[in-house]
Amino acid sequence: MVAFVKARRQIAGVKESKSLLPLALIGISLLYVGLIIIIPAANVAVQAFSEGLSGFIKNLGDRNLQEAIRLTLLMGVISVPLNTLFGLAAAFAIARKQFPGKSLLLSVIDLPFSISPVVAGLMIVLLYGRNGWLGPLLESNDIKIIFAWPGMALATIFVSMPFVAREVIPNLEEIGTDAEEAASTLGANGWQTFWRVTLPSIKWSMLYGVVLTTARALGEFGAVSVVSGSITGKTQTLPLFVEEAYKQYQTTLSYTAALLLGGISLVTLVLKALLEARTGRQSRIH
Amino acid sequence: MSLRLPSLSFTWLTRLSWSWRFTWVYLTLILFIPIIALFLKSASLPLGRIWELATQPVAVAAYEVTFGLSLAAAALNGVFGVIIAWVLTRYDFPGKKLFDSFIDLPFALPTAVAGLTLATVYSDKGWIGQFIAPFGVQIAFTRWGVLLAMVFISLPFVVRTVEPLLLELEVEAEEAAASLGASPSETFWRVILPPILPGVLAGVAQGFSRAVGEFGSVVIISGNLPFDDLIAPVLIFERLEQYDYAGATVIGSVLLLFSLVILFVINALQNWSSRYNG
Repeated sequence: MVAFVKARRQIAGVKESKSLLPLALIGISLLYVGLIIIIPAANVAVQAFSEGLSGFIKNLGDRNLQEAIRLTLLMGVISVPLNTLFGLAAAFAIARKQFPGKSLLLSVIDLPFSISPVVAGLMIVLLYGRNGWLGPLLESNDIKIIFAWPGMALATIFVSMPFVAREVIPNLEEIGTDAEEAASTLGANGWQTFWRVTLPSIKWSMLYGVVLTTARALGEFGAVSVVSGSITGKTQTLPLFVEEAYKQYQTTLSYTAALLLGGISLVTLVLKALLEARTGRQSRIH
Repeated sequence: MSLRLPSLSFTWLTRLSWSWRFTWVYLTLILFIPIIALFLKSASLPLGRIWELATQPVAVAAYEVTFGLSLAAAALNGVFGVIIAWVLTRYDFPGKKLFDSFIDLPFALPTAVAGLTLATVYSDKGWIGQFIAPFGVQIAFTRWGVLLAMVFISLPFVVRTVEPLLLELEVEAEEAAASLGASPSETFWRVILPPILPGVLAGVAQGFSRAVGEFGSVVIISGNLPFDDLIAPVLIFERLEQYDYAGATVIGSVLLLFSLVILFVINALQNWSSRYNG
């Protein structure tokens, strides 16, 4: 027993401590994270393949599932570029200026992270819905936003708005203006300076933000659920499909969609880790 | 020379001042107008009606469940988050890297997937639920399930806010305390905890705020029974489904006001934390 403990302690890299404390703390951490995260995560894969590989492939052929995939990708294609553009613009507008209310503005940009997704969706319904402020105007022009993809896109943009901005702003503050001023002195115009000097030096933080934006945009449930009406095969993204299939007792089909989303989040985590290694920064969450 | 530098940076800024305009237009369209739409809708109701809708028994019960369980989840993660952050910064063990990246999973995994798999694993016949069911405790479709989902989605916050603070902590101080005869628990309470406390509280507040607003994972694992395990965001959703816009708006405004207050608190805690750690 003593030898065992000693060996464990050496694995743990704790030599001078005479207590079992490190081992106990590692055990508690593993148990907590295991019960709450790791086992449930493993369950997604096991359930998706509960009818075997052929069952999984058959489920992938489900017409409504494929429609959900298409719509999910559409959400990403719309919201990621727009929010990236916003993040860059906000960074250039804010990062290098000192003005009263700067920290307030930074908090305002972060607001979508603290607003409940359901409340975000509610706001969009109150604005664009049939009984909303712009409802009559939209109806008379035959534009449908709520219960259709434009509203879902607005909801997705809302919830994933801050990621790029909050990654690029500190980066831009950090790198300073020396290189840009040098480029300017050498005759580069504003856009040349931007493309050749500024953008290369913020590209990793921007990519980090883009990865997080994409993950959130493809995975959003609450806000999209409120504005979409979740009409199967029409206004259902993958996360909505997961819930609907589960409610219809099509558990394996539900887990098939869940595994696709889980795959996206695994890719997200890998990219996140790679980018963190490259930028040498700590893992941050929002 | 003294003239050149300011003029250079100034032309740079004016050339890119589209960025300033774009930022404000985007914020206005995406963020400000929807928020104003919500408050205007609330304000269009008579004051008495607002009060009546905001404090109807089913809503009050939903606030209690939402805030109570969110606080419990955030507190649990406060305790375990500090332990996990400590383990990640001080010890080495096989598979640590993998373990580390699992911590971020709640942040990357769509909430619907989290709700689905937690509901399965913790159901009476699930991998974990089957061992708890014999004790007469049902987790899925009860308040326990709601708590579990909230613990899941707010788990990373404390870990990730405390980790950098623990890395900065000087080991010498701990060693000095130990060599002066302090027990491990004394060292923890007197030497380690004080400098990381603002960070812990900021992480707890962030987790709390996230849990209060959570919808996707909770709606799947909860029984959504009024006066039992129905949370406020689900109540808003149901009100909207019944085309009760006034009810949804008022309860939504309560949650939004709460978000603004907690955002202020988190900012204050973060300022305190960064002042504390210089």
